[in-house]
Amino acid sequence: RAMELPPSHFLAARAAAVALGYLCYLRGGPGRGLELRELRRARRQDIDDVGHKYYLELELEDVLDKDRTVTCTAEVLYPLGNKSSAPDVQVTVQGELRSTEEADQEFYNRMRSLEKELVAENIPDSHGNVPPELEPIHLLARVASGYLIWQNSTENTKFHLARVKRVKQVKRNDEDLQFDYVVLLHEMVSQELIPWEVTVLWHPRRGARVSRDRRQTGHGAG
Amino acid sequence: DQVLHIVPETFQQVQHLQHLCSTLMLDLWKPLLLEDIRAGEDLHIRVPAPLVQEVKEILDQHMISHRVLIPDVQKLLDQSKPRERSSHRQVSGGYIYTEYHPMEEIYQWMTQIQKNNSELVTQHILGKTFENRTMYYLQISQPSNKPKKIIWMDCGIHAREWISPAFCQWFVKEILQNYKSDPKISRFLQNLDLYVLPVLNIDGYIYSWEQDRLWRKNRSPYNNGSCYGTDLNRNFNSSWGSVGVSFNCSSEVFCGSGPESEPETRAVSQFIKSKKSDIVCYLTMHSYGQLILTPYGSTTKPPSNNEELMQVAKEAAAALTGKYGTSYRVGSTASILYSNSGSSRDWVHTIGIPLSYTFELRDTGTYGFVLPADQIQPTCKETM
Repeated sequence: RAMELPPSHFLAARAAAVALGYLCYLRGGPGRGLELRELRRARRQDIDDVGHKYYLELELEDVLDKDRTVTCTAEVLYPLGNKSSAPDVQVTVQGELRSTEEADQEFYNRMRSLEKELVAENIPDSHGNVPPELEPIHLLARVASGYLIWQNSTENTKFHLARVKRVKQVKRNDEDLQFDYVVLLHEMVSQELIPWEVTVLWHPRRGARVSRDRRQTGHGAG
Repeated sequence: DQVLHIVPETFQQVQHLQHLCSTLMLDLWKPLLLEDIRAGEDLHIRVPAPLVQEVKEILDQHMISHRVLIPDVQKLLDQSKPRERSSHRQVSGGYIYTEYHPMEEIYQWMTQIQKNNSELVTQHILGKTFENRTMYYLQISQPSNKPKKIIWMDCGIHAREWISPAFCQWFVKEILQNYKSDPKISRFLQNLDLYVLPVLNIDGYIYSWEQDRLWRKNRSPYNNGSCYGTDLNRNFNSSWGSVGVSFNCSSEVFCGSGPESEPETRAVSQFIKSKKSDIVCYLTMHSYGQLILTPYGSTTKPPSNNEELMQVAKEAAAALTGKYGTSYRVGSTASILYSNSGSSRDWVHTIGIPLSYTFELRDTGTYGFVLPADQIQPTCKETM
């Protein structure tokens, strides 16, 4: 009942982007970014009255350690009709991801001990540069974007994080770090750049969670 | 220049050597001071090329045994410098191809390239942009009495895709630097002329440097100046306005007020039409996505020469992957990307040019349009 799709087909590629977004949200962090190395296999299934389901085999790489890849299987179900409902994603990662415990703790301590809250703009800059001390902030933006991409994708869209427009750290009374981002998401089909406000809470042991997000109106200029 | 290794055996030899070094003002590498030369210890001296023979004769006269440690100091220096720097100077006086350049510098570069390679390169006017800037292309053509077919390549139709003009510049440099020494390139140029348009959407490119790094379209105004920019790659006369476009100026894929409504589009299409019977291959460079795209975008119905198109593209992708392992996907825009109409590549194919490709260069979304400059070299090298 599930039809084989050529991995280069745009429907397969779009579903893979959703799976990647979900994984970035679940397993990414200031010390780990995941990227799609290759989509190995894709199948598609029409489920009556439910939606379209994709079965994917992906090879992922660690952005900070490109020689290292892991295989992953994913199921992405786009629900019928109700467009405001997020795709349902299940993933299984085969193998180990590189541990980031030490780097995470160091980042956490550094951010907690800052006298003035961190503020930054335009990551990367126009020439693609990210200053080393902002690399974890950039990676955390990929985590947040992963959430947005997962929650807002349809079979007619394909999102990537284009750039962090602005980020502001917000000090908290509890143990979490909080970063308020404005990210620019590039949507491939319409070619639009969509500015999106997103707040991420992160803790070295508990991981990341998005507490608030809001799509901004207007074009992501500037 | 050579560096000699000597181990003086006696105090007398040490004295001779000290005398020799100070009279000829030889460069001591080890030890650093004349008074530290000792019997039984290593002595390394650099001898300027014109003095090498004389010094060796003097050492032989005094029966001081020596051997050559470094036979050619300059060669060693050249090897340790990054290759590009010395090659740049030959082709166009120090231009740095591993950085992104603003339009002013690209204009200067074109003039320099023609000046330094006038036996092969001529610069021509293609037309003008909306903001009245001149569009130039470079013609690379080896003088010959036989008529030659043409390969056309344009870059920078979308302003934010900076890696694309960077590739055109790299491509020109690579050809000019190696056409004498690389048999593949020299054979190529015997039979084909190369026409390269380094920046098609000049107004947009400048805007992406000065105002909005992520701008895509050109800069022509609509709606009484309340909105700017047509997507030039939706503005060509190939199923114009049918699919994958917007008629709203505020959209990134606004296709203009009609096919070829934009001066940049007309400049390209008029030229290509005039040379149509001689052009065998059309290449248009974009980013990002790591794709080689074949016609069409507006329909999944394959073009008549699809087999040939796909075979050539697959070989190109394989060669590309062979360099650094970067994987490219190959297929028609409609099947692997999205539906679109009015693209330059589709229009070129419909007027009869058989091989027509869109390249989407690195990467696949990690940096997207803001590809770091340190990826210019690997991207360009693999795409060559």
